[in-house]
Amino acid sequence: MNLLWLQSGGCGGCTLSWLGSENGPLFRLLADEGIDILWHPSLSEACLDDARELIARCTDGRETVDVLCIEGSLLRGPLGSGGFHRFGGGAKPMVDWVRQIAGRARHVVAVGSCSAWGGITAAGMNPTDACGLQYDGEVAGGLLGPEFRDPSGLPVINVAGCPPHPDWITETLAMLAHGRLGAAQLDDLGRPRFFADQLVHHGCPRNEYYEFKASAEKHSDQGCLMEHLGCGGTQAHADCNQRLWNGEGSCLRGGYACIRCTEPGFEEPGHAFESTPKVAGIPIGLPADMPKAWFIALAALSKSATPARVRENATADHQLRAPSVKRIKK
Amino acid sequence: MTIRRVVGPFNRVEGDLEVSLAISDGRVAAAYVNSPLYRGFEQILQGKLPADALVLVPRICGICSVAQSAAAALALADAAGIAPPANGRIAANLTLAAENLADHLTHFYLFFMPDFAREDYKSRRWHDGAVARFRATAGTAHNEVLPVRARFMQTMGLLAGKWPHTLAVQPGGSTRPLQSSEIFRLHRILREFRGFLEGVTFGAKLEQLAAIASRQQLDTWHAKTGGGDLRAFLDIAADLDLWHVGRGTDRFMSYGCYQEPDRRLFPAGLWAGSASPLDVAQISEDISHAWYAAAGLPQHPAAGSTLPVAAKEGAYSWCKAPRLAGQVVETGALARQLVAGHPLARDMVAGSGGSVAARVVARMLEIVLVLPAMERWLAELTPGEPWCATHKLADETAGVGLIEAARGSLGHWLTVRRGRIHTYQIIAPTTWNFSPRDGAGTPGVLEQALAGLPASSAEPLPAMIHHVVRSFDPCMVCTVH
Repeated sequence: MNLLWLQSGGCGGCTLSWLGSENGPLFRLLADEGIDILWHPSLSEACLDDARELIARCTDGRETVDVLCIEGSLLRGPLGSGGFHRFGGGAKPMVDWVRQIAGRARHVVAVGSCSAWGGITAAGMNPTDACGLQYDGEVAGGLLGPEFRDPSGLPVINVAGCPPHPDWITETLAMLAHGRLGAAQLDDLGRPRFFADQLVHHGCPRNEYYEFKASAEKHSDQGCLMEHLGCGGTQAHADCNQRLWNGEGSCLRGGYACIRCTEPGFEEPGHAFESTPKVAGIPIGLPADMPKAWFIALAALSKSATPARVRENATADHQLRAPSVKRIKK
Repeated sequence: MTIRRVVGPFNRVEGDLEVSLAISDGRVAAAYVNSPLYRGFEQILQGKLPADALVLVPRICGICSVAQSAAAALALADAAGIAPPANGRIAANLTLAAENLADHLTHFYLFFMPDFAREDYKSRRWHDGAVARFRATAGTAHNEVLPVRARFMQTMGLLAGKWPHTLAVQPGGSTRPLQSSEIFRLHRILREFRGFLEGVTFGAKLEQLAAIASRQQLDTWHAKTGGGDLRAFLDIAADLDLWHVGRGTDRFMSYGCYQEPDRRLFPAGLWAGSASPLDVAQISEDISHAWYAAAGLPQHPAAGSTLPVAAKEGAYSWCKAPRLAGQVVETGALARQLVAGHPLARDMVAGSGGSVAARVVARMLEIVLVLPAMERWLAELTPGEPWCATHKLADETAGVGLIEAARGSLGHWLTVRRGRIHTYQIIAPTTWNFSPRDGAGTPGVLEQALAGLPASSAEPLPAMIHHVVRSFDPCMVCTVH
């Protein structure tokens, strides 16, 4: 299975995240799984005319592309011309290259939230008219349109995340190489379910604080970040706290909120990223699948039952009280 | 006869790069550097809440992500009039240092060295070795270095939650308090990284390399057995005379970085054969050859604007042309070490100015100097002491954040009105190095460095042009942002 990777209007961070793969030498792993990199802008030897020739062959069908990976938002501006991003060495906008190759590739993978939904580049006034391959924020559409399907019937596969975890990329590619990625393996937004059917909340080390609504009030506090500091981990689809980042990290483990970076529209949450909007003291963004009345009732109950240890540790940057030691009565 | 030739995409740079060459008599008569991607972060940031910049700006760049965070955190801290507690300051140093060293490693092994495996060099005695060791994605170095790099980046998991794109770097310090066992784990990671560098990259103790004070001492060290990938590069550099290729302006600038209690580990300043202080009030951005609308003269970034236009007479890049007191300056690891006064850095440019080899060796020198500093900072962390100061930003304020990314000087200039970002102007390292011409017609650093190199109108571009371009470790996504 060969792979053509192009970078559109993004930061390159998805590639850099991927290079942090911790499952042994990445290039050896890819070769071992039968994945051949036809061209990658950060990694391949070929450049200039050689690269343009190779990509032209992919465009007109002289070279078959099994998987087209696109990293970065698709920039349609200014005025629909695509001129904010031309592929170096010629006048043709990147969006035209992407449209043409996507129409021939066996599968199309959006690597990262920019190429999935538009992402950060679409924030604010969206000066470049940025969108995703098959989504424009939460709305199906984007560069290729809602009806786009690859020859096997799959939509664009959205390996969302800003950036995605290296394993999300590698495992998606391996599933494609092994013929194990079908429509049933994608969620309603085209994300591989192996990571998107989890919530960031799952495995969060702040879980005891969450249970008792013992909340952090400022940066470096140990408590739950949902009530005050903007954490969306109970709604964000990803396995970040089960499959850790860079060894033993995650946003929550790093002490800051989950900003729901795998979700469409995350770049415009409608409130400050690191503060939680509330109505009458109740956070607006409730945990996924949680009825509001029950959340309020349980929160009130658990707050009143918070052990002093949990309450005191929540607003400190190190443990003030250790769990008590209970001896077995004999 | 002069022939104009447009070449691109240059890959193995971060982002998109195209160069237009005017070729005459088998040489580059003039080069025009184009950054062909515009994303508009300065426009996106306008009207945002100031703290939201900490989410947005790291996403300018996947490889200088922490540097962007650090510049924003410094600008916000400046606007709020606060400084982090010692632990927060040290954690910021460690996080930035981890990114900068990883970037130096990535540049050397993944972006720069693979060009020596090109067929252009098949007659050279070192070519077989370069192919085996450094060929893109296939060389033994690639499969060896990526796991080492990934292990080293586990520092980020502990210090910053993840990399790239953390929110741990805050104006008040770090969101991530560390306890003793975590500090020990960080220490183990640094020790393992040192082991790889001393065994594989350098074939020498870091302290031994840090003490090399001249080109002559470097040559003496190079001639000794001991192996290592740096020696492989020095073999090639000598054979191809990379010490005399790629000269820029020979004016070097650094904002300085890594805050110690009373100074920066590497200080701010200018080097142009002698040292002088840096006056950042003298910075301006010229847009005469960039696709932006503006009236009047070049602006200081605190008063600058970013208004893209689809077409403009004489423009050829989305990159603005920053100038210091009207002059072109080079930035990067070489500049940092020249300003900091490292004798090897100064000796490397004393005779023949900036060069491909000097830039590469300066990056390696910086790894040698910074890893021991990281080891020291780890020992200075104090669990139980505060990590992050709280603050409240005034509704009307302004701030500046100046820092050094791996590839050079990064500045953020912020103004806040009615509690929202009014203007946010960014000048990135490669904006300096790969700028287009200014209003006086003076070419940018790379444009100057390419002039005079052999090139023909039809043959494949000589590899030497690739070496010169990549010697700057360009980051094009930062350049325009």
